[in-house]
Amino acid sequence: MPFRIISQPIQPAALLHPQAGACATFEGWVRNHNEGQAVDSLEYEAFAELAEKEGERVLAEARERFDLLAVEAVHRVGHLQIGDLAVWVGVAAAHRGPAFDACRYIIDELKARVPIWKREHYASGETTWINCATRGDFADKTPPTAS
Amino acid sequence: MKTYQIRYFAILREQRGLAHETRPSAAPDAQALYQELQDEYGFTLPVDRLRAAINGEFAAWPAPLADGDEIVFIPPVAGG
Repeated sequence: MPFRIISQPIQPAALLHPQAGACATFEGWVRNHNEGQAVDSLEYEAFAELAEKEGERVLAEARERFDLLAVEAVHRVGHLQIGDLAVWVGVAAAHRGPAFDACRYIIDELKARVPIWKREHYASGETTWINCATRGDFADKTPPTAS
Repeated sequence: MKTYQIRYFAILREQRGLAHETRPSAAPDAQALYQELQDEYGFTLPVDRLRAAINGEFAAWPAPLADGDEIVFIPPVAGG
């Protein structure tokens, strides 16, 4: 399964391939601030069946668009602390160009399309489901990143 | 009257207080069903900020429904 939703800590996969001269990876980490608020932790939730299907489609699109030898991605769910790895994307290709381009394409599409949600926990004790506000300027912004 | 399986995630699960319910309804599609649920439970997200998934796959609004379908209303996503 090249795209998986898991609840355990992510172990970045090996993408070794004898024809590969380039490997590009992206790690999305939980950071301690967002939109000016101090963040204590993040909770991720997924509609796993559809998230894995849609994630697979993103990886298939990347394989069609870019000349790749290996591709894999994983997103973690559950309650994560500052510094934890939330999402990992890895691609291997003969050359660096397609490796970088595909890595960027995959993380951008995963963030835009895959049914995964995050709730921020603030130092104040309050929580917010990111991107689900219905009033204020927050509602129309693109979701903040864990990167 | 049909019977639908509804699953809730994230902010909708929180506002409904449930992750899953079996609901009889006369709503012919997911859009009408959401309006019905919103009237009853006060969901804050307007339908135009959601996507619908029926039986595990995205469906375009208004997303017609058949008896026994499983519906998931998908709030704005925020992975990464």
